[in-house]
Amino acid sequence: MGLLLQKEFFILAGIFVLGSIGSLLFRRNNNMANWWANSCAALGSLFGILLSGNVLLYNNIYTLQLPLTFSLLPVNVKIDMLSAFFILIISVVSLLSSIYAIGYMRQFYKEYNLGLFGFFYNFFILSMILVASANNALYFLFVWEIMSLTSYFLVIFEHKHKESIKAGFLYFIMTHIATGGILLAFLILYSFLGSFDFDVIRENVSSLPSFWISIVSLLMLAGFGTKAGIIPLHIWLPKAHPAAPSQVSAIMSGVMIKTGILMLIRLFFDVIPITPLWFGLLIIIVGAISSLLGVLYAISEHDIKKLLAYHSVENIGIILLGVGSSLVFLSFDLKSLALLALVAALFHTMNHAIFKSLLFLGAGSVVLATRTRNIEEYGGLIKIMPQTALFFLVGAISISALPPFNGFVSEWLTFQALFLGVMQFDIFTKGVFIFGIASLALTGGLAAACFVKAFGITFLAKPRSQKSENAKESSLLLRLPMAVLSLACLALGVFSIFVIPYLESLAGSLSIFAGISLVLVEGITFHTQNNSSSLAIIPVLIALLLTFVFSFIFFNWISRRQKEKIYSTWDCGGNLTPRMEITATSFSRSIVMIFSGILKPTKQINREYDDSNIKYFTKSSTVSLRMNDLYNKYLYCPISNFVYKIANFLRRIQCGIVNFYLLYILITIVILLILVTR
Amino acid sequence: MSIILFIFQALLIPGLSPLIVGIIRKIKARFQNRQGASIFQPYRDLWKLFHKDEVISETASWIFRYTPYLLFAVTIVISAGIPMISTMATFSPLGDFLLFVYLIALGTFFLALAGLDTGSVFGGTGSSREMTVAALTEGGLIFSLFSVALLAKTANISEMVNAISVVPFSMLAPVVIAFIAFYIALLAECARYPFDNPATHLELTMIHEAMILEYSGKRLALVEWAAANKLLIFISLGTSIFFPWGIAQNVEIVPVAIALILFLIKILVMAVSIAVLESTIAKLRFFRLPDLLLTSLVLGMIAIIITVI
Repeated sequence: MGLLLQKEFFILAGIFVLGSIGSLLFRRNNNMANWWANSCAALGSLFGILLSGNVLLYNNIYTLQLPLTFSLLPVNVKIDMLSAFFILIISVVSLLSSIYAIGYMRQFYKEYNLGLFGFFYNFFILSMILVASANNALYFLFVWEIMSLTSYFLVIFEHKHKESIKAGFLYFIMTHIATGGILLAFLILYSFLGSFDFDVIRENVSSLPSFWISIVSLLMLAGFGTKAGIIPLHIWLPKAHPAAPSQVSAIMSGVMIKTGILMLIRLFFDVIPITPLWFGLLIIIVGAISSLLGVLYAISEHDIKKLLAYHSVENIGIILLGVGSSLVFLSFDLKSLALLALVAALFHTMNHAIFKSLLFLGAGSVVLATRTRNIEEYGGLIKIMPQTALFFLVGAISISALPPFNGFVSEWLTFQALFLGVMQFDIFTKGVFIFGIASLALTGGLAAACFVKAFGITFLAKPRSQKSENAKESSLLLRLPMAVLSLACLALGVFSIFVIPYLESLAGSLSIFAGISLVLVEGITFHTQNNSSSLAIIPVLIALLLTFVFSFIFFNWISRRQKEKIYSTWDCGGNLTPRMEITATSFSRSIVMIFSGILKPTKQINREYDDSNIKYFTKSSTVSLRMNDLYNKYLYCPISNFVYKIANFLRRIQCGIVNFYLLYILITIVILLILVTR
Repeated sequence: MSIILFIFQALLIPGLSPLIVGIIRKIKARFQNRQGASIFQPYRDLWKLFHKDEVISETASWIFRYTPYLLFAVTIVISAGIPMISTMATFSPLGDFLLFVYLIALGTFFLALAGLDTGSVFGGTGSSREMTVAALTEGGLIFSLFSVALLAKTANISEMVNAISVVPFSMLAPVVIAFIAFYIALLAECARYPFDNPATHLELTMIHEAMILEYSGKRLALVEWAAANKLLIFISLGTSIFFPWGIAQNVEIVPVAIALILFLIKILVMAVSIAVLESTIAKLRFFRLPDLLLTSLVLGMIAIIITVI
């Protein structure tokens, strides 16, 4: 069995490499390159599903160590249940996105080179799978870097747009600062434990002084948190995700940022599971702030892909609420509660991957049809693109955590984890949990408001511009993946009782949860600790469907003699035009004003007059509404100014006189000699 | 017996909700020195609307067409999970309080979409305001119910009712505070004063009425009925959780009869309180509403902190 699995792993890697190199070879023919790259990516993802399914179903932990490699880069692969779970998510989303891409990327045939794109795309997916299966810090950093670089090239794919290049640059900088933090953390671990191997670190980590554990934990949180997009390290995310082609946004938002979550779980629950209490509380606070601010920024955003990107920040926050409460429970040795919280986090990770990629694919097909990302130019698309609209609606309901879809179930579980936290502990810890509940409750409501805006302005009412009037429903290749993802959203919600036990045994397979078992599901109902809360989705769905159908038939029967007349909307006697419809800006304005303390909206009015002496007759007036970016103003600008200053100061070293350079070399040699001979 | 009682209880909300609306309107009319319509007028209105022709906007999509049925179905499903007369006759899978909150949100979500669907300015503005208020209300609602759940050590509404009715009076301080938080959330969710004026069609003041402006005929009847159901659901949830005394915990004739009478008295008191409130206070300016909703949230938090200390 093991040998077979090894073969599968090499075949998997081989398919992606073949896809990369093949599409480079086909680079002169965009059509061929597109088909080749995406078919290979889809096939490889299919293999990923098989491989991870094998591990998940039969609990075969798969390990691979290549003896042939250099000592500097030990290939050390281990796919346990946790890795397999993430590989499964990565593969499912990549499979569907690749099918979507075959149709979607056609728009770029004349402008860009798809051969190069296919090269990076295949390596990107492969590197994510490798990241999820790495079992050695050096090897991990190597594949992590490949993931960052390939995704950078995917972000700047539309390199004729200046914003893409700028977004890519920001992403490049942020992701490398993050990698720097991670590298430093692993180096600290190495200096104490003498190994980069996760297994060795796991065995010896208890010998580490608690101070250094705190430092390592903080560095890891900052490093992986940047990849995951926690506030205030999120700034690359709303810029980079929209810049990439939509199926890449779906993969980046749906699964790439989850590799950050995977590594946080891997490290703090598996490799160094001895984090202090304050660290768990810190994660809860970070999660609460990320979720609340993420959704607030999303509401004020009118670029549909940026809006979705900010919702990724929000959902990462929700996942971290689960992870953080689990860590807090662990530090009090309440293992069964910790298991429950971790299951909530894992389930939300999975659900977010599904509905966020669905939403990005939906947004992509709208962008393809209208050639704009500005929500204000959409409208009325539900009649032009009925199927895309339905799929986007499913995604919107799921992300707004409305029953009976999947987002509701995982948020419900997260709520339960936080509720259980309030019932234990001292008053300070309780306070943190209450803060978590408050932000989660507000987040849920605001997310619903945001998606009423996103769906309503995009798909309902009349088209607001020529672009959306001329739109067409997207092709079958685009609709099929969305249909599958929509069904998955419903199925994961309704049949969550079958999914949760799997997640439970998956989380339980981590060594710290050895011997802990939870019976979360009984019959068709979830139970939490002491049966204090229970949820049964299937009866709810059946009851809703039955009453809906019944009321439809019954009330139509009552007024069976009455006519339905189709007529224009009441227009107050005027002529109702799309210009009179509510816009996304005005829809969200009231929430923006209420949270003006955080969002800092600004309003600038410019008027031009016919005669500048008589200011009664305006020729034209423009209003520009903006948000002040607090992070740039108070965090990033000071830092970058500081770096500039230092750089300017250091520039003096480079004076252009050869004698000075010789002096530098001399000084360096002297210092080195002193250091070596000491 | 319990099946019969279950059906009776589930039909109680749609059956009585127009009456509650009628009573509130009557009291308000008396406050304004008017005679006012009969308290049964809402039933006649519904009947009338069901027998009127209907105009549907040509801009509207299937969302506009099917939302009224969904909205009505949601209120019926929710009411099956709320104990009004007997805790034995509720549909327990629907009893989780978070499910209650999010089912309400499901209805609001679709109604707001329907408001946007016709392309009318009123509908869009109403949707925007409704979602703003709904988003901010959710926190106070969850916290007030959660504080009771903490005291009762269960999140199931029926079990909460059973547990609170045996809690000694000295422990009930958080329940009172939570009730105030809940009451504010009730006024916001059901579009009552000081959040919304249910009697006006003036674009400056309306939230809920603006969203449903394009509805007519049977769909308007359904939306109005669903709104009335929602009001009665909130009223009966409030009375059942915060004043659970008298609710039967079995399905025998005598306790159930007493419970029914007590239930009618309780919802009548709540309806009178809403009517009196609406006649004596002014509607708040829209941007003052967040303050009130924040008050509800903070009261909920205080209730929780008192409970857990």
